[in-house]
Amino acid sequence: MKALRIAAQLALYAPLMAILAYFSTEPRFSAVAPDEALLRVSVIHATQRKEACRERSPEELAKLAPNMRAALDCPRERSPLVVELELDGRTVLRREVAPSGLRRDGNAALYQRIALPAGRHRIVARLRDRADGDFNYLKDETVELGAGRVLLIDFNASQGGFVFRG
Amino acid sequence: MKHLGALGFLLFWILAASGIYLYVRFDTSAAGAYASIGELEWWFGGVLRSVHRYAADLFVVITLLHLVREAWNNRFRGFRAFTWISGVPLLWLLYASGLIGYWLVWDTRSQFSFSATLESLDLDPVKAEQVSDRLFSLFVFLHIGLPLALLAGMWVHLQRLGRPQTVPPRALACGVAVMLLATAILRPAVSEPAWDPTQAPRNVAVDWFYQFIHPLMYATSPGILWVSIFVVSAVLLVLPYLSKPQGILAAQVDPANCNGCGRCVADCPYQAVILSDKKKALVFSDRCAACGICAGACPSSTPFRSIRELVSGIELPDLTMQELRRKLQAALAERPAEVVFACEANAKAGAIALRCLAMLPPAFVEYALRNGARRVRLIGCEDECAYRLGMDLSAERFAARREPRLRATVRAERNGNEYTFALR
Repeated sequence: MKALRIAAQLALYAPLMAILAYFSTEPRFSAVAPDEALLRVSVIHATQRKEACRERSPEELAKLAPNMRAALDCPRERSPLVVELELDGRTVLRREVAPSGLRRDGNAALYQRIALPAGRHRIVARLRDRADGDFNYLKDETVELGAGRVLLIDFNASQGGFVFRG
Repeated sequence: MKHLGALGFLLFWILAASGIYLYVRFDTSAAGAYASIGELEWWFGGVLRSVHRYAADLFVVITLLHLVREAWNNRFRGFRAFTWISGVPLLWLLYASGLIGYWLVWDTRSQFSFSATLESLDLDPVKAEQVSDRLFSLFVFLHIGLPLALLAGMWVHLQRLGRPQTVPPRALACGVAVMLLATAILRPAVSEPAWDPTQAPRNVAVDWFYQFIHPLMYATSPGILWVSIFVVSAVLLVLPYLSKPQGILAAQVDPANCNGCGRCVADCPYQAVILSDKKKALVFSDRCAACGICAGACPSSTPFRSIRELVSGIELPDLTMQELRRKLQAALAERPAEVVFACEANAKAGAIALRCLAMLPPAFVEYALRNGARRVRLIGCEDECAYRLGMDLSAERFAARREPRLRATVRAERNGNEYTFALR
């Protein structure tokens, strides 16, 4: 009985070894199809204030405690961030993101991954970071993307807006 | 299969031992981690790294088998609910430990897993991929801290079990260790290429034991992934309460007959009995399995007592020692050559049924032999004791290694799950 148990154990070890060895790396996984490339849109941006600062009147200042008498009243809330992405003339992304924070005064963040066929594409990225008006940042570029390549669409206001990296 | 829990402990210690060496050799900076793993000598550090990975994978397999087996055997409700529920967070800790462990290599697979995890949490992985040393140190901290939390959870998991088995039999432990070593040598774990941010994750060598959640998320959506995890966890957590109560009548203590010896406390398989401040046994009815092992351990459970109504210090209200003695006396009245006791899980026609073999105090065997029976036969569970410790405790009592002992005037022979007794 004991010998049988040991033999059964040995018989179990071989398939268990095979299962461990195989499934620890196989089958391989691809997050994009073989003939596809990947767009990654990543924007973290502090948008403009929703309302402009205004100067307090002398009456308003008089009502405030002496240590709170700031001449300007600047509401903290920021505008929503609006991002639009056009691919070969077709809008593939349009998102409006609220700024973070309880008072909506933090950064607005957006991340989106978009798989697209490999090849030449015209990409237009637009961003609005103010309450009203049209998009105030735009980048229009034609790129060549090979299969499996990643194009990162980043945003940096100090560098002039959208940055395409790939 | 009954050693799956103990195997889990063995794998944890193998992971800890191999992990300590790997940590010594590991560069905990984001820039140096990948290279430091590549510098491991294949014949020792490389083998240990492979053992570390395969032990982690086997830990998942063993844990899931353990879970399925306990569920299949209906061991999750009533007095087992605490053990079952406390096991659910261990699954989360196990997966979190393993997932983060893969990030430490910081190769393509690590980046893929890290990005996918952040995407599943609706966080932007792009900025985080340029990982700082501080963030990488957090990974290292979590890969040490979460397994320690897992160990603490495993300790809690065993708190309602008497004499929990945390060490597998030597042959099994050696077999598993050799198997891991052989797998590590035959198919060493290797790093994937270093991460290239301009390349999409393709042909990633996913470890399906831990990282299956990433392909699942890409095949569905992060929302479906988290809802699935939530639903599975919720079902596991409420499973003990979905079925109707088992209607167990818990053991009761008779203070007048309890001398506070503590044998019932030591023998209870589910930690349902403690000694009160007044040195009397105290039963937690919600933990009690009504196996009667406590009654079998009680020194007052002897049929030789001359009192008319045999009352034990602790016993089952629906199967008292008085009832057992009455059944035995009725059997002896027919002058049989053999008296048979059998546990309920293996009851035979004509046998006196016991809840568990260890419910029978050895004195009952001697009582039967001195009152007409030429032989006494005890039949226990065939494979695994329905109440965990019944067969082991009986074996120790009949071998006079544990109180209450079988007296030396009785000869005991064991054949598998059966004992045969006769007077010397």
